[in-house]
Amino acid sequence: MTLLAVERIKLFSTRSPWWCMALAMVITIGMAALISANTDDRFPLTVSVSQGFSNFGMVVIMVMAALAVTTEYRFGTIRATFLAVPGRVQALLAKTAVVALLAGVVGEAVAFGSWGIGTLIKPDADMAINSSAEWRNVAGTGLVFALAAVLAVAVGVLVRQTAGAVAILLVYTMLVESLIGLIPTLGQKIQRWLPFQNSTNFQTAGNESFMNETGGLDYPFGPWGSLVYFAAICVGLLVVALVVAKRRDA
Amino acid sequence: MIEAIGLTKRYGNTVAVDDLSFTVAPGRVTGFLGPNGAGKSTTMRMILGLDRPTSGKALIDGKPYAQLDRPLRTVGALLDAKWVHPNRSARAHLQWLAKSNGLPARRVEEVLEMVGLTAVAKRRAGGYSLGMAQRLGIAGALLGDPQVLLFDEPVNGLDPEGILWIRQFMQGLAAEGRTVLVSSHLLSEMALTAQDLVVIGKGKIISQSSTTEFIERATENSVLVRSPQASKLGPLLVDKGYTVRTDDDGSLSVTGATSDQVGDIAGANAVVLHELSPQRGSLEQAFMQLTGDSVEYHAEIGK
Repeated sequence: MTLLAVERIKLFSTRSPWWCMALAMVITIGMAALISANTDDRFPLTVSVSQGFSNFGMVVIMVMAALAVTTEYRFGTIRATFLAVPGRVQALLAKTAVVALLAGVVGEAVAFGSWGIGTLIKPDADMAINSSAEWRNVAGTGLVFALAAVLAVAVGVLVRQTAGAVAILLVYTMLVESLIGLIPTLGQKIQRWLPFQNSTNFQTAGNESFMNETGGLDYPFGPWGSLVYFAAICVGLLVVALVVAKRRDA
Repeated sequence: MIEAIGLTKRYGNTVAVDDLSFTVAPGRVTGFLGPNGAGKSTTMRMILGLDRPTSGKALIDGKPYAQLDRPLRTVGALLDAKWVHPNRSARAHLQWLAKSNGLPARRVEEVLEMVGLTAVAKRRAGGYSLGMAQRLGIAGALLGDPQVLLFDEPVNGLDPEGILWIRQFMQGLAAEGRTVLVSSHLLSEMALTAQDLVVIGKGKIISQSSTTEFIERATENSVLVRSPQASKLGPLLVDKGYTVRTDDDGSLSVTGATSDQVGDIAGANAVVLHELSPQRGSLEQAFMQLTGDSVEYHAEIGK
């Protein structure tokens, strides 16, 4: 508990987390507003459509999570942390927990905010969240954000530099996963095993709309299976990062 | 009490710290002296459990750092004053440190007061001058009221007032019975601050002794003699077993004798003296002599 409080103080006594959280919400909810305002009979607004840009917020939150670690390396406060708490694994786990919790909260805010602004803009649209798939699509966003934050913390610990970690996260999530699908035949076979394709499957399975024509990826898992698979990758990478941090000179 | 036992750190083929063994006693300021690149900081990081020794170990009150419960209550360290997030206030920085070791919030205010930063505690640490940052680092080290303190080059870059403050502060801490280890590459500074000296060069130990002993041993005492009859006096002194060197300007530099002894000999032989003065080799010269072969990066002078 003490360590969680320590990481909370650290995170909230600098400005960048606030900026990242605000940015994640403004961008995502703003995009949802734009989309909602421009839906019509051909492209009707649904719950799923309002959630179409949640990945935007996720990427910003991943940057925040990576920054929470890399700035500590950049400014040497990680050494101050390890002096105060020589159990490095516990210290880093506490940080991961605080960042993931925050990411989860932002995820929920983004999801319900996007949905809410949609209902405000188009009060007549069918925006009732009344199927389990729709609940997964909206309320599941927090889970995906939290796990993505765990992955970003792990990358931050491994890479230790802000520029490197952020570049890796952005290029991977925004480009690599989708571009791999362009390789004929083989591309989609690889793609269905990639982590963020699976997190998307968790959110969008059963919620198809004009926003997410995934091209019918043949996912190896159902939506919840995809989430577990995504979680396993995030946690697995965190374990690797913790082992490395424990062995490495601080 | 700090003990280093066969402490060794190797990076690839480079040996940064080579089989260092020394102890640092409580109640005294111990200087950890060596030229830049001698391995002082690496040694301190190993003592504090930040870097993993290739072999050997470092103990604080008989335990490795990692096994200390709430370590800030036992050991306070200032390795680098810049280890603060620039956008975090000094108070917030100390607050998370205090929280991590179960120290009360009021302790933060106490140490801020102690180092004189109370008035600026709300300001972001990134805007601090070097002297203020150094004070904040010291506040962090004192937070847990520890019995063992380590400071790495604490006076580097400080103005004379700051240097004096830190020097007196460290001596005060030692007078309270604490163990204080201070690294520096300046012997002149350590001569004023430290009672004991651990001297290293190229990662190896050169000497461990009291500061006075080290200076006695390291500096060469000689007597400068100027005399119109130097050519007569020289052999007389050599006969007595002293070492005499004739300098370019014809004056004699006598080692092994006191100025009294040289004066007596001159008087007994009716030699006129124009100058008779005891000389003390400078600390810097002595330090260079001792560590000269072990400086990591030589600057070739005059080439």
